Amino acid sequence: MTTAPREKKRGGWLKEEFGNPERRTAYYMVLPALLIIMIVAVYPVLNSIWLSLHAATITATGEFVGFENYVEMFGNDDFISGLKNTVIFTVVSVFFEFIIGLGIALAINRAFRGRGLVRAAVLVPWAFPTVISAAMWRLMFQDQIGVINYVANGIGLISEPILSDATLLLIGSILVDVWKTTPFMALLLLAGLQTIPGEVYEAARVDGANVLQRFFLITMPLLKSTILVAVLFRTMDSYRVFDLFWVMSNRQLESLSTFVYQGVRISQLQFAQGNAAAVFIFVTAFLLALFFIYGLGMQTSTED
Amino acid sequence: MASATASGSGSKGNFNMVLFYVFLIGFVLVSLFPLLWVFKMSIVTRSDLFQSPVTTLVAPPIADSYNTIFANPDFRRALLNSTIIAGITTIICLFFGAIAAYAIARLRFRLKSVVMTTILAISFFPAVAIIAPLFLLFSKVGLINTYWSVIITDVVFALPLTIWILVSFFKELPKDLEEAARVDGATTIQAFRKVIVPLAAPGVFTTAILTFIFAWNEFLFAATFLFDASTQPVTVAIPNFATVYTVDYGAQAAASVVVTIPLVILVLIFQRRIVSGLTAGAVKG
Repeated sequence: MTTAPREKKRGGWLKEEFGNPERRTAYYMVLPALLIIMIVAVYPVLNSIWLSLHAATITATGEFVGFENYVEMFGNDDFISGLKNTVIFTVVSVFFEFIIGLGIALAINRAFRGRGLVRAAVLVPWAFPTVISAAMWRLMFQDQIGVINYVANGIGLISEPILSDATLLLIGSILVDVWKTTPFMALLLLAGLQTIPGEVYEAARVDGANVLQRFFLITMPLLKSTILVAVLFRTMDSYRVFDLFWVMSNRQLESLSTFVYQGVRISQLQFAQGNAAAVFIFVTAFLLALFFIYGLGMQTSTED
Repeated sequence: MASATASGSGSKGNFNMVLFYVFLIGFVLVSLFPLLWVFKMSIVTRSDLFQSPVTTLVAPPIADSYNTIFANPDFRRALLNSTIIAGITTIICLFFGAIAAYAIARLRFRLKSVVMTTILAISFFPAVAIIAPLFLLFSKVGLINTYWSVIITDVVFALPLTIWILVSFFKELPKDLEEAARVDGATTIQAFRKVIVPLAAPGVFTTAILTFIFAWNEFLFAATFLFDASTQPVTVAIPNFATVYTVDYGAQAAASVVVTIPLVILVLIFQRRIVSGLTAGAVKG
């Protein structure tokens, strides 16, 4: 944080910032990164918004149609099912990832033999390309040779092949996501747990606090900021799910992102609606992040 | 305190230890199961693959599936493409990322929180929201079907990660050394190049691994901008194998294993570093 007092005049601080050689250097140093981000991310978003308000095609912007594309989009069954699947997928998978991840973090928050092995095993699913893990799980869900399909069928859990049923596909996707990203959640939470000093627990024990009290009155409050960061990252990530659905269901399962991709890249007839959906994802993701940061009081500052 | 919890005394302590290790083994097995199972699928004969009930024991392993995929020039090409894309992305990211991260970690300036917020916002940014305008833009300037279309977009989305991790590494370095360099008359840039960069080498290396994994795994941009096998990375090529090798599941499994192995090796060697890098930005300690 800058310690200098706030300037009264508006133009004053700009001159001061750029008059100071160290500060000027600092701006030059962050400028390249910011410029790339502006050109490749910010400009296209504005362009997306512009396109979504026109009868746009892949070759021409077309005439201005106001919110017509959005109205059509909300009347499109594919979009609605994409929205529904995305919301269910995000809520359910993040919920399980958090619960299981916290359980694992609490269990391995101690010194034990083979710690390195466990850490490596935990990282393997995380390091997999999502499309490859989707392809691997697709092979295991497959109805002729898939081990999971075989077992689930054997114990009477399913009556039809997993890959040809929309609900089972969604459940399967959630399972794969939980498998793949719970380790990441556990690692973040474990790192957070390790910053809580042991003396705090000792003191609570001396004062007669039981396990549950220690968990809810010490662990959870002190872990809050880590939990928010981890859950925010996972939520934003799940919300834009694309690779997993696209590959594992072989394009059958719709999410918001696959709807956009279908519209603007595969069947370019729905180009304008695809852009409207793109803007919808952008705006809702933005609101979601704001909710975490302001609504839940998450700290994003890196200053110390 | 940690060792005290682990070594319980008496039979109850021993029983807890056994439970704990059973839990750990189960956890490790669940994490690794898909890789092991798909590996098994890749080394059995086709008739074994279709056997019902599913066989678990492996007859003498065979390399047929691996021969099939390595005989496919598109697969070899895709491996090379992935390496090129991820490699160049990593280098560019580290260059711009290190410079920006140094300014953020060490220098004072007013717009720092604005800069950090912008960078953070990108890591939450739904990439799918910009593929249409970027597709139009890249078509106009002739970047479609080139490595650069994917490298540019990968750099933008990997930069937040790179900067975030590097900032936390740079902050840990002792400040005295730079100040000594300044006193001796070094400029900001010289202090960065001669003092910080060599000291930060381990942190930079960790960041490089994470950025490389990120770029190696990227799918959306590659699937959007690359139409041709000559530039497609493995993430685009392998799902296509489901149509190329329709019922040759062994070949599909082998391709998945080959692509994952470099990552598994990286993870096994550098697990400690990767964990410290991943958790660096998220946890204040």
